Amino acid sequence: MNQEYNFAYLDEQTKRMIRRAILKGLAIPGYQVPFASREMPMPYGWGTGGVQVSASVLTPEDTMKVIDQGADDTTNAVSIRKFFEKTAGVATSEETAKADVIQTRHRIPEEDLREDQILVYQVPIPEPLRFLEPRETETRKMHALEEYGLMHVKLYEDISKNGAISTSYAYPVKVEGRYVMDPSPIPKFDNPKLEMAAIQLFGAGREQRIYALPPYTKVVSLDFEDYPFEASKADHACDLCGSETSYLDEVIMDDAGGRMFVCSDTDFCHSRRAAGHVGAQGVPFEEDAA
Amino acid sequence: MHATALTGGFAEAPQDAARAFRAVMNVMARPGLIEVLTGAEPPAPMSRAAGTLALTLLDGNTPVHLAGALDCPDLRDWITFHTGAPFAGREHAAFAFGEWDDLLPLNGYPIGNPEYPDRGTTLVVEMPALETTGATLRGPGIKDTAALNLPDPAALQANAMQFPLGLDFFFTCGDRIAALPRSTKVEAA
Repeated sequence: MNQEYNFAYLDEQTKRMIRRAILKGLAIPGYQVPFASREMPMPYGWGTGGVQVSASVLTPEDTMKVIDQGADDTTNAVSIRKFFEKTAGVATSEETAKADVIQTRHRIPEEDLREDQILVYQVPIPEPLRFLEPRETETRKMHALEEYGLMHVKLYEDISKNGAISTSYAYPVKVEGRYVMDPSPIPKFDNPKLEMAAIQLFGAGREQRIYALPPYTKVVSLDFEDYPFEASKADHACDLCGSETSYLDEVIMDDAGGRMFVCSDTDFCHSRRAAGHVGAQGVPFEEDAA
Repeated sequence: MHATALTGGFAEAPQDAARAFRAVMNVMARPGLIEVLTGAEPPAPMSRAAGTLALTLLDGNTPVHLAGALDCPDLRDWITFHTGAPFAGREHAAFAFGEWDDLLPLNGYPIGNPEYPDRGTTLVVEMPALETTGATLRGPGIKDTAALNLPDPAALQANAMQFPLGLDFFFTCGDRIAALPRSTKVEAA
């Protein structure tokens, strides 16, 4: 650990302010608590909100995991993991089961999370109504008055134009029958997993908002009786591990239209292959092959 | 100022506050759960759990209300030295500390407004005992039901009725802490 930084980079007063916001967020599930977001040593859009929330909840004994679209080995995930190794001295892991705090960009791990785990989301636009109503003064009133008709109109227009609700990520949810919330740009495949045993914290750095879902909070994806919500994924099995239930990325293989589908959750795929599962284009797993 | 005001803080502020906050967050996220909260040694009559919570969450931006026996010079000096939090009446308090009867009436505290419900006061109630029996709790953070020996279930029911406005509670006893956010539905035993 680098002793030139305070534990987990942020100064104590900043952490106290963020911690108070997290507590109010947990007390009012789905409500976006304003907080005085700090400049971080990375640009907005790279997870500054998630990083500030993680820095405020980490303890020295924790093991941390960071994923970007499900992958542990992409630039954003690697940088943030290194940031906390350096400034907080915490252990890191790519295994979902070993992590106490998981910071994520746009995915929920395939493996069910436990009660003692914390999932921290990086959020670009926390306001689910923002693209329907650009004025903060108005969206704030709409939440206060529980005036969410506009969101249903948007979903209805999806159906009238496309024959189905075409929103496929950042699919709006209603929390405990009160606040409409943006679950961050996770695929709608992940929406049913928002009701989980772990604590979920959402941090939006540029937009200066923190919100939260306590464990087992009731989260309902908005829909209509005749067009019920559907958690969709590519109609395919993972080509590496053969899983038919995981969320898939489509990877272009060559200039001739060759492609393969692979699990977006790299740890899930890796552990399945290690257990002997082989997909259509996969090869038997060898230690250190990855 | 007595010398006692200068002692009893965190030994390693960043690490101790991080561990303390984990316990505080866990109980707020899981109403009815009781956790151990230590690290600070406040002067009497404040409990260790309430003192540790104070050092974890208070600073110059959080007006504090001390009620009843807790409103004593020793404790005021201790909070001022360690946190710098200004003292205030209940109508301006971000945090209030005291025994249940001293904190009443509940309608004197800010409960937030419809556009900013987060501006409600957090009350830290010193309890003679803390047990997972008594009133039945349901709501966010609770899988089926939980139970906690609440001081006055009817008053806390009324608080939950105001959701999303309302007060949030911590209950402390010695070095143990539990919480009851406004989102929890309370049913008297």
